[in-house]
Amino acid sequence: MHHIEKRFGATRADRDANLEVAAGEVHALVGENGAGKSTLMHILAGLFPPDAGQVVVDGRDVTGWTTAEAIAAGVGMVHQHFMLVPTLTIAENVVLGREPVRGVRLDMARANREVREVGERYGLAVDPRRIVKDLSVGEAQRVEILKTLFRGARILILDEPTAVLSPPEVRELWRVLRRLRESGGTIILITHKLDEVMDVSDRITVMRHGETVARMATRDTTPAEIARAMVGREVTLVGTRDGEGGGRRKEGGPSSLAVRGLTVSTPTRPHAVNDVSFAVAPGQILGIAGVEGNGQTELIEAIAGLRRPAAGTIALVGTDGASHDVTTWSVRERARAGLAHIPEDRHRRGLVLEYSVSDNLILGMQERFTRGLSLDRTRIAANARAKIEAFDIRPADPSLPARALSGGNQQKIVIAREMGGEFSVLLAAQPTRGVDVGAIEFIHARLRDARDDGKAILLVSAELAEVLALSDRIAVMYAGRVIRILSRDEANEELIGELMTGAKGSAGDVLLEDTAEGTIANPVITP
Amino acid sequence: MTAATLRARAEEALLPPFVALLIAIVAGDLLILSVGQSPGEVYRMLLAGTWGNAYGFGQVLYKATTLICTGLAVSIGLQAGLFNIGGEGQLAAGGFAAALVGLVLPVGTPALLAIPLAILAAMAAGGVVGWVPGVLRARFGAHEVITTIMLNFIVLALLNWIIVSHLHVPETLHTPEIHAGGLSRLSSVMPSFHGSAANTSIIAALAAAVACAWYLFRTRAGYDLRAVGLQPQAAEYGGIHVGRVWISAMTLSGALAGLGGINFVLGYKHYYEEGFGTGAGFLGIAVALVGRNNPYGVVIAALLFATLSQGGLAINAVVPKQMVDVLQGVVIIAVAASVPEVRRLLLGRRKDVEAA
Amino acid sequence: MILLVFIAQTIRIAIPYLFAAAGGVVAERSGVISLTLEGFMLAGAFGAALGSYYSGNPWVGVLGGVAGGIVFGLIHAIGSIRYRADQVVLGVAINLLAIGVTRFFLHLAFDSSSNSPRVPGFSSSGPGDGLLLGLLHNPLIVLGLIAIPVIAWVIYRTPFGLRVRAAGEHPQAATTLGVPVARVRYLAVAISGALAGMGGVYLALDQHQFTAEMTGGRGYIALAAIIFGNWDPLRAGIACFLFAAAEALQIHLQGTAGVPSQFVQMIPYVLTIVALAGVVRKALPPASLGRVESN
Repeated sequence: MHHIEKRFGATRADRDANLEVAAGEVHALVGENGAGKSTLMHILAGLFPPDAGQVVVDGRDVTGWTTAEAIAAGVGMVHQHFMLVPTLTIAENVVLGREPVRGVRLDMARANREVREVGERYGLAVDPRRIVKDLSVGEAQRVEILKTLFRGARILILDEPTAVLSPPEVRELWRVLRRLRESGGTIILITHKLDEVMDVSDRITVMRHGETVARMATRDTTPAEIARAMVGREVTLVGTRDGEGGGRRKEGGPSSLAVRGLTVSTPTRPHAVNDVSFAVAPGQILGIAGVEGNGQTELIEAIAGLRRPAAGTIALVGTDGASHDVTTWSVRERARAGLAHIPEDRHRRGLVLEYSVSDNLILGMQERFTRGLSLDRTRIAANARAKIEAFDIRPADPSLPARALSGGNQQKIVIAREMGGEFSVLLAAQPTRGVDVGAIEFIHARLRDARDDGKAILLVSAELAEVLALSDRIAVMYAGRVIRILSRDEANEELIGELMTGAKGSAGDVLLEDTAEGTIANPVITP
Repeated sequence: MTAATLRARAEEALLPPFVALLIAIVAGDLLILSVGQSPGEVYRMLLAGTWGNAYGFGQVLYKATTLICTGLAVSIGLQAGLFNIGGEGQLAAGGFAAALVGLVLPVGTPALLAIPLAILAAMAAGGVVGWVPGVLRARFGAHEVITTIMLNFIVLALLNWIIVSHLHVPETLHTPEIHAGGLSRLSSVMPSFHGSAANTSIIAALAAAVACAWYLFRTRAGYDLRAVGLQPQAAEYGGIHVGRVWISAMTLSGALAGLGGINFVLGYKHYYEEGFGTGAGFLGIAVALVGRNNPYGVVIAALLFATLSQGGLAINAVVPKQMVDVLQGVVIIAVAASVPEVRRLLLGRRKDVEAA
Repeated sequence: MILLVFIAQTIRIAIPYLFAAAGGVVAERSGVISLTLEGFMLAGAFGAALGSYYSGNPWVGVLGGVAGGIVFGLIHAIGSIRYRADQVVLGVAINLLAIGVTRFFLHLAFDSSSNSPRVPGFSSSGPGDGLLLGLLHNPLIVLGLIAIPVIAWVIYRTPFGLRVRAAGEHPQAATTLGVPVARVRYLAVAISGALAGMGGVYLALDQHQFTAEMTGGRGYIALAAIIFGNWDPLRAGIACFLFAAAEALQIHLQGTAGVPSQFVQMIPYVLTIVALAGVVRKALPPASLGRVESN
């Protein structure tokens, strides 16, 4: 694939992506989330055409082909989110689209037999008559692989195949992939986990921000080198942390936010957040580093009250100075107590896009802007004027729908609303995502000011440089766990890069106790 | 607000109904030609028979009154992201409750007491019929489209049972005349309306439209309701209880449809009659759609559909009046199909402008 | 004897439900909402009256009815699939349109606003036959009785049925395997139009005339049967018989003391709400019902 470019609306997923894979190898395509790996592979699988560039398979220019053509040419893809019909049987899922028939009838006996045969040939034993929704994720993934093999795939693309698997299931998957390679198959593995890259791949292509940035043979490289290539350096972002060394946190003072043994389950992941504990002191920024999808979203939503935790407690010190156990409180009760929240997805949660700027500036605090039953338009307008001025929201027109503003100014609305009033604890999730450089600097300055003003801030960012630039302490999340909490002095890009990609420190590490003053005990329990 | 965004907004608000009207006129032309008449002449007759004389206009106002109420009902639901197609049942329940109050109150009850009581009863009855699917949705996840349809049949069967076995005047399907709570005809103020069914309940309907506009755009509850309809996840983030908003929106929606029942019962015939509002509940969907879910838009759309409906009678001599039933269907289909399409075209064009 | 009469009556009442439910199941399983069954039936009834009246042959009526159902089905399919219109709005509009169109052309063709003249139909009792066997003389009753099993067979035993089920549950999965989801849905909705149209054909030819709005909510009862049957054709068929038996019982009990007929009429609707609210066991619609994704 040469110089592939693909835009979705205003965002450019791929801008100059190149990938060359030799027949019969396991090729790892690595990069952070949003680096453009999946988009590149969707193009290869024929789901949509590239805007520019060329796709060549077996010496043939196939740019812009369809799924059906890709399948016919032996390209199969196992998607990150399973593309299985849950109510159908395994065999029905596998044969869908090229069903064996007898007369006009669907020949299920033959389908079952053929699916079983293909499975046995590649060591993917399954009972073809089972219903897919009853399968474990590992089994469901085997069905996905079977689907491609049943269609005679010789080039198999796997998108983050281990994200949902348990360690034995991962070992099983590697065994299947090796057997596939031995029988002449080519495998492209999308991942951000470096331990598995080192385990199974022959060669590696690294992507960052839609571009291919490195290409190497696995035996000639190290996890540290790959991590460096993946994370890169965001020159504009690596500002120096101000020299005061963590604001003015009071030694021995109580934590403003304390999370103990928090576990959050989602329908797809029973341990999206797995027994997480930490504390944030007043005047401190605790940064959470990690590749996206390792439980950060669920963690923040649980603290904000948008998700019920399965276990654990959340306590915070409110603007009233008292400590509250808020585990069972509603969103509004927490907000009233002094919890501010910059959500990671401003388009989905942070803003009502059709609402005007002034209406968005009161979201979550509507109750404070009423006169009788009606909204107090005078005070809403005054509030809007003040916030637009203080946070330099442009254009300075409170009647515009939020949709009409640029990403940076939309984020300023959220930040003005959340940080423009009284609060004691701030959850800042991806606060600078998709905003321009000027707005990034502005937002960073605001976060530092709040910290220096004695607020406790929990910062989640996919940009490692941002976490490093702002945090007083850094917690690294991987697979739902906080695997290590580092002081600013011990933290550096390489160490964190290795921790967050699982290259160092297994998921078996258990963090026993964290106080805002630092980790007291961090014994490593090897499973 | 810049001129460009203002224009884009106006386009998005006006273009779909405009396109729909155009398609309806073309479809109407075809139907008129199919019976061998001249479209221009027929449309002239249609206008002359509705807006052209006081009686016709009075009938338009009468028909619009019910449609304003059912249209507002559907709009309030849609503003909260819910589809209330139970207008038929809610309207009937409202009319029945108003009649019941009028029958129970003794003769000579002052109008100042009887009318508000009857109106409140109408809204309460419609509200209860709307509340049920609201609760079913919020608590049990039962989709309101199906439950409101099913409730239409249940409510209508229940009312039929009460009328047939307990309350009807022999040989008819209506209740006796009410003793109190009747509203006066517009003709009593403006004699030129003589003979038309237009009555003062249109004031209640217009007041309801104003109240809806105030509620939706000026109150905190309306702020919450629209946020839930636009982006439930942002509403949740803003501390709004989505399920509670669903229930209150469906209740309010039902109450508005119920209010429509007074037009026939208190204003026109002074009794409840089976099937008095048939079709008005469903037409409310069309009214809300063409009125773009804005209360004032609903008033205009209700007048449009009432004109069509009354106009059918005016042209019946040359073209079967059923033509307007066809046109109503065509208008809804055209709007429903053109809204996503027109929006896509507009957005597509705007994107090109940005890219350039 | 009473029992036989009761069974025969139940079957007669059930036939239009069976046709419409069989069609509706196909469309709903493919992911397209079937609020439109009422309109399809009405179009079918009118088409049957027209065809039968002008040709003098009820089989031409059958063709006319099926054509009427398919035309309305295609309007629904184009609106919801090509233009991605809201399927609920579209469904309500198509039902209103069907009322309008049939009334308009009833006026044009027969110069009446209420009903057509008598049209040839099928007789449902041959001389000398038993009551139940007599029903089988009417080919529409036979077709109605086999409609559900045939549709069950199509949905569960043919490649097309597999694709319908996949399109309704997880269209993206079907797309990634090269299944043309839009085409599958067009076909499914056309089939639902044809079958619901057959339900209308039965009504018109059984009564030997078309009456304005003669379907009287039967399309909604068929939809209720589909939901109550949890979108399974066989169970929807059983629900059709259940609802029809309740009606037949009501006719038998008419005049005698007991439950008022209106409460019997409510049974299908109450049961459907109960099924949807999951009081006994939750009814689960196809996962992507009513949603048409872009591209």
